[in-house]
Amino acid sequence: MKTTKAAAYPYVLWLILFTAIPMLIVFYYAFTNEAGSFTLMNFKDMADYSIVFFNSFRLAIISTLICLVLGYPMAYAMSKLGRRGRTAAMIMIMVPMWMNFLLRTYAWLTILENNGLLNAFLSAVHMPELHIINTPAAVGIGMVYNYLPFMILPIYNSLEAIDNSLIEAARDMGCSSSQVFTKVVLPLSIPGTVSGIIMVFIPAVSTFVISKILGGGASILIGDLIEMQFLGGTYDANMGAAISLVMMVIITLFTMITNKIDKDNDEGSVLMS
Amino acid sequence: MGSDGFLSLRNVRKSYSSNVILNSISLDVDEGEFVTLLGPSGCGKTTTLRLIGGFETPDSGDIIFEGKRINDVAPNLRNINTVFQKYALFPHLNVFDNIAFGLRLRGVSRDEQKKLVNEMLELVDLRGFGSRSVNSLSGGQQQRVAIARAIVVHPKVLLLDEPLGALDLKLRKEMQLELKKLHDSLGITFIFVTHDQEEALTMSDKVVVMNKGEILQQGSPIDIYNEPANAFVADFIGESNIFPGIMKRDRYIEFFNTAYDCVDEGFAPDEPVDVVLRPEDLLLLNEGDKSIQKADCLLRGRVISCLFKGIYYEIMIDVEGAGSYQFMAKSTIPEDPGREILIDIDPENIHIMKKSSIETITMQKHRFMHDPNKNRKDAPDEDD
Repeated sequence: MKTTKAAAYPYVLWLILFTAIPMLIVFYYAFTNEAGSFTLMNFKDMADYSIVFFNSFRLAIISTLICLVLGYPMAYAMSKLGRRGRTAAMIMIMVPMWMNFLLRTYAWLTILENNGLLNAFLSAVHMPELHIINTPAAVGIGMVYNYLPFMILPIYNSLEAIDNSLIEAARDMGCSSSQVFTKVVLPLSIPGTVSGIIMVFIPAVSTFVISKILGGGASILIGDLIEMQFLGGTYDANMGAAISLVMMVIITLFTMITNKIDKDNDEGSVLMS
Repeated sequence: MGSDGFLSLRNVRKSYSSNVILNSISLDVDEGEFVTLLGPSGCGKTTTLRLIGGFETPDSGDIIFEGKRINDVAPNLRNINTVFQKYALFPHLNVFDNIAFGLRLRGVSRDEQKKLVNEMLELVDLRGFGSRSVNSLSGGQQQRVAIARAIVVHPKVLLLDEPLGALDLKLRKEMQLELKKLHDSLGITFIFVTHDQEEALTMSDKVVVMNKGEILQQGSPIDIYNEPANAFVADFIGESNIFPGIMKRDRYIEFFNTAYDCVDEGFAPDEPVDVVLRPEDLLLLNEGDKSIQKADCLLRGRVISCLFKGIYYEIMIDVEGAGSYQFMAKSTIPEDPGREILIDIDPENIHIMKKSSIETITMQKHRFMHDPNKNRKDAPDEDD
């Protein structure tokens, strides 16, 4: 027993150094002013930025929904492919992810910008040009593109884990093809779907690079706001810490609620994905 | 081979690419019958079941159910339900909802659902288990939920794919009896797949012995045991001494260079045949026993080994003139290894069968010599 305990010490140390202490520092900054004395002003002043919060959540929710609508059918189709098809599909999803995140996002800039590839194509086929760059739509496209794999993969995993005999059993009991889906496949893929939603929503709500590159500063998101507090002209580490803290609380609540939905649906059984 | 049986397979053939799984099998099942498909792994018995259930379609031949050809009818449109090998209970539903699954699809009212499901829970001895998660149940309990789920919608035929394979021996015996009781009380036709010959003999009205995609023999358990059609059936259905012989003429068989009286006839003169002697039919005598004078067929040998098996001793005997072939006898009296012994065989117990392929025989001899417990094959059987 003693040796087991001793083996855990490095991890405990790690947790203290890189998780607990930084968290405490965030707490300290969030509840103090520049002079270092206790205050709640940081949270009160945050009200000025409520529009940023609103925009961030709206964009993150829309992007997550689009990812869900695109990702679920893709994952479902993948799970129906043969072994080769699955591998090919998996490679097509994974390979872009091996490319640098910034590079991928800049690539969208060259596609979407006013003199970009998209408009070049549109004018070539005599269609009106679109002005997408520097709008929330461009940020949304960037989010969906970057985070879609995080939606597809957990859903695919949960679909793939469904034993074929369950589908046969459903058929056997009298389900039509569509009933097999609604009564068995869909309920059993809920855990993966919930993971996918969390894995897309959290980075989407806190991103700042995508909005910076594709949004052009026109639509400031929470991520940008936090970045501005630390690196921008409006240096205010206390405010930045307070915003981070609020984000953390919101994300924790969001995760808890989605997990709760998952559990309820599962009727308390021990199906862990 | 009635033309309008209850459930019939007619020259059904099934293959996956070049791999022939079923080679033109024909089978008739009567309403209310308990039929067992028996055979080793890969013999095609599970495929046969899946064809009847509608999960596979035959390459050629017909499946006829209540006078209609159902080759291409989807599983959900057949009045046939399956108890799957690994139960296939829905993990997102509790016991009650699993059993009510088929009822809901059929639009049965809530009250009626409750009544029927509770009746089922009663029937399979799981009263009060309705709200339990299926994952919290033991194998035997899951098994019973699977059966309840399948029979609550009153199918005409229940297909059972090695449903007892995952249970321990004691539970298996219990479930065998319960299933038999269930069959008798429900009047549903059961088609049961197993590789366990004892299970097949215990439960069935009719046993269908299969090997390599073909039906070798079908008949009542007693017929199959007493009159195996060939060496494979004889070997599979119970431990046997199987060796080659020559039918000199009707009722006269020669093996190991000596001819004996027997009761079989209808073979060509000097036709090579397979001889089957059940180990329990070998009567072991000692020099000087009175009954020796009365013996018709007497073999002389030496005891090689004697193993205690619980209710009997398994005695291996080197028989004079039999070369390396060893006889197996089952006796309630132990015999010392090395001792000279006489074997008395009643002519009625000498079973003569048409020669099957050489390959089968050598394979059997080999298994027989090295694996006396072959009939208790507990390994899970993957049939595809």
